[in-house]
Amino acid sequence: MDLQTLWFAAVAVLWIGFLLLEGFDFGVAALLPVLGRRIPDRHLMLRSIGPVWDGNEVWLITAVGAVFAAFPGWYATWLPALYLPFVLVLLGLIIRAVAFEWRHSRHTPAWDASWTWVITTGSLIASAGIGAALGATTLGLPIGADGIRVGGAFSGLGWPALLGAVAVVAFSLVHGAMFLALKTDGPVRAAAGAFARRWAPLAALPLLAWAGLVHLRSGTAVTAALWVAATLAVLVAWARILTGREGQAFAAWGAMLVAAAATVFGAAYPVVVPSTIDAAFDVTIADASVSDYTLTIMTWAAGVGLPVVLGYQAWTYWVFRKRLTAEPVHA
Amino acid sequence: MDVLDIARWQFGITTVYHFMMVPLTIGLGIAVAVMHTMWVRTDKPEWLRMTRFWGRVYLINFVLGVATGLVQEFQFGLAWSEYSRFVGDVFGSLLALEALLAFFLESTFLGLWIFGWGRIPKKVHLAALWAAVVGSIVSAYFIIAANSWMQHPVGVVTDDTTGRPVHVDFLAVLTNNTALAAFSHAIAGALMVAGALLVGVGLWHLRRRKLAGQSTTDPDHAVWRRSVRLGGWVSLGAFVLVAITGDWQGKLMYQQQPLKMSSAEALCETEAPASFSILAWNKFGSNECDDVHSITVPYLLSYLAHGDFSTAVPGVNELQEEYAAVYGETYPDDPSFGDKAGEEIDYTPLLAVTYWNFRLMIGMGAVSAGVAAYALWSTRRGRVPTSRIGVYGSLLAVGAPFVANASGWIFTEMGRQPFVVYPNPDVPVEDQVYFFTAQAVSPGISAAEVWTSLITLTLVYGALAVVELWLLTTFIRRGVTSGDGHPTPGFTPEPPDDDDDAGAPRRDDDVLQFAY
Ligand code: HDD
Ligand code: HEM
Ligand code: HEM
Repeated sequence: MDLQTLWFAAVAVLWIGFLLLEGFDFGVAALLPVLGRRIPDRHLMLRSIGPVWDGNEVWLITAVGAVFAAFPGWYATWLPALYLPFVLVLLGLIIRAVAFEWRHSRHTPAWDASWTWVITTGSLIASAGIGAALGATTLGLPIGADGIRVGGAFSGLGWPALLGAVAVVAFSLVHGAMFLALKTDGPVRAAAGAFARRWAPLAALPLLAWAGLVHLRSGTAVTAALWVAATLAVLVAWARILTGREGQAFAAWGAMLVAAAATVFGAAYPVVVPSTIDAAFDVTIADASVSDYTLTIMTWAAGVGLPVVLGYQAWTYWVFRKRLTAEPVHA
Repeated sequence: MDVLDIARWQFGITTVYHFMMVPLTIGLGIAVAVMHTMWVRTDKPEWLRMTRFWGRVYLINFVLGVATGLVQEFQFGLAWSEYSRFVGDVFGSLLALEALLAFFLESTFLGLWIFGWGRIPKKVHLAALWAAVVGSIVSAYFIIAANSWMQHPVGVVTDDTTGRPVHVDFLAVLTNNTALAAFSHAIAGALMVAGALLVGVGLWHLRRRKLAGQSTTDPDHAVWRRSVRLGGWVSLGAFVLVAITGDWQGKLMYQQQPLKMSSAEALCETEAPASFSILAWNKFGSNECDDVHSITVPYLLSYLAHGDFSTAVPGVNELQEEYAAVYGETYPDDPSFGDKAGEEIDYTPLLAVTYWNFRLMIGMGAVSAGVAAYALWSTRRGRVPTSRIGVYGSLLAVGAPFVANASGWIFTEMGRQPFVVYPNPDVPVEDQVYFFTAQAVSPGISAAEVWTSLITLTLVYGALAVVELWLLTTFIRRGVTSGDGHPTPGFTPEPPDDDDDAGAPRRDDDVLQFAY
């Protein structure tokens, strides 16, 4: 495998890691008004993601950093083409981050309720926006000959963006519910399990549709197999959550994401920004990449660094592995 | 304003804002890690209280650093896509390494520290904090290496077909002398921020407790006293470091960016020996060096630039001509230069900005050092100062190193205009890599888009600043738990976490409970 292909794969792994990890904290945050109507339940939900959301978010920073580092042509085409949508994502992530921390700096019900609302809104904006951006970079953006967007500020927001947005939000909601079913006990666990049982099959559809479309456009036998695997994983996840096997359901649902996202990236390869204007304007890894020298350095750095990161992140999850329960209401 | 100007304002505002949180995160992180270490070693209650109190301040600030750092990571692509394409071979890898090697460390171990009280062994818990602090320092190193590469590009050759830099020597990029000097300077500057905060807040609480007649023997008194003493020494030590590393930077600047140096000194004509300006004024609205009047100290500039009292320091007028001869009188008449195509190039940065920011940086640092000396003197051998002016002055002076840091960056970044990647004078002219700021901006975006983001980001940042300052001041005023162990009135602790490791000393200090 040449280095450009290796780095395309590495970038895909980082995005998948991000969706897999931040996906559940986006989902838990979005479900606060649905599953956390009682204050202790809400606090329980927030505590379940408290220690890990920032570490999860670094997957996004690293994914974007790796796109810049390995494929500056991708970074410099994709981001300005979706300028305002990306700014909106950033605003969502900003208000969400400060809300996590500031929420518990004061203890009045109004303060608590406002910041909880901010966490939910910010998470929904961010997950939808990132989904839109990924949808657009795998299904098409109006890119002209020079890698520059054709049309106005919102011309990048076609149906591919919409499909991506719906897919990531829907996936995250069920992912979050399955996470809560696994991590908590008491009423939240029950409600989250019920939510996942009701919505799992439907919530997988947009993601499967997205992966299917990219596959139909430029897929291979491998991506076909991955797509089938993703579909089977949905069924397994659903069957397991129906029988109350929360751990297995969560794992299968995660496997579904991995397979579906691998279908998307695998089928899109080697194009990183397909143009909806003319296929001749597509940006490919060869157009966008840095030199082999730089890729070699980064291969070494990632080869050493990433396993270490995975090791200590896994260890944190293990430290906080216990199921959480809500305390009786006080105050 | 055109897209270029709006984008520059946006970058300047968001980056300076990010750099309000950054030095506090780095400096206070180190200080809290030291406090925590002292607690683990001595088991004294005041160290635990200090760790909890200052740790909370650190966290409130940290999260805003994270939130605004996110914007930084995307900005280069959003508004500066041509810059990103041009520098991609070197610059992106440094950002990616920062994320991989530093941000994961910071965020993961900080999560472990916040939620790990009483859950993991004491020493492991302490190590988690140190890991996060090391992460911050590593992150500063990589980002400053990236920035220093644009100030002084090394380790690259020019690609003949694209004209872009091609990376050939990664070690040279990592050991760029500009980067080593700027990194050590910035870390020292960060310590000044932490020192000033410890001093200002500590003195205020000491005075308030004394006027209220509270005990001087309980652990809370020790909390504030130790904060002042620690902060005062950190400030003074850091000021010495800042001066040494700043001197190093000045000497490099004399070689690498002589126009920045002479602009900062309003030195129009080449002088040997050159004098240092202490006060200068300019005809209003003019950027002509000859309109500047200056009061100077003879010989000193030669010493700062070169280490002796005789060497010539080139003046702005002469350098301006030299640059114009080498890099062109006008921008090429090429659409990639946007509105600037074909226009004359002004190689002199804004004189007033470089001149005054340089002085503001040093001056505010000196103010801070003075306050630290006052604090150490007035608290010697157990004394507590009650002077209103002294104590409130010290509290006000908490802002001084923040201003110094911001003006240092504004000086560095605006002083390199009109280049975004500055030509490296050690390289023969035909092989030099350089890039004008006018070429760097994203070509496909409209002024309306950048206006929209500039205005929303500025408004949101402004609102966040108000909440942040309010939270910090209320938290700081409330202080630590009152000595007898009752939580401060009006404060209801959060429900306890699930927890079956019984006997964990996790809920001893409810008022400072970190958990969600
Ligand atoms: C001298 C140090 C320094 C400088 C010049 C910058 N930063 Fe920064 N940055 C930090 C030092 C730092 C830090 C101390 O590591 C922060 C501050 C607070 C924090 O949470 O980490 C951080 C946070 C931070 C984050 C969030 C990390 C997280 O989620 O944990 C990002 C993405 C960036 N920064 C990116 C940037 C970029 C692209 C910059 C260049 C324009 C930049 N920073 C300037
Ligand atoms: C955190 C500290 C920093 C501060 C306070 C700061 C400040 C500034 C300011 C005020 C400007 C606007 C200058 C002008 O338009 O005249 C600017 C521009 C810029 N800076 Fe920095 N900077 C910092 C760090 C960095 C770093 C670490 C990098 C790169 C890694 C960087 C890259 C740039 C770029 C690309 C521009 C835009 C081009 C330009 O307008 O010159 N800056 N910065
Ligand atoms: C004795 C006093 C000082 C001297 C001689 C000095 C010198 C310098 C010089 C020459 C630069 C410009 C580097 C360049 O553009 O290449 C600089 C930048 C800077 N200074 Fe200072 N400085 C002093 C005090 C301070 C203080 C007190 C602070 C903050 C508390 C500070 C923070 C900064 C920062 C953040 C920068 C920009 C980033 C960097 O290059 O590190 N400086 N300083």
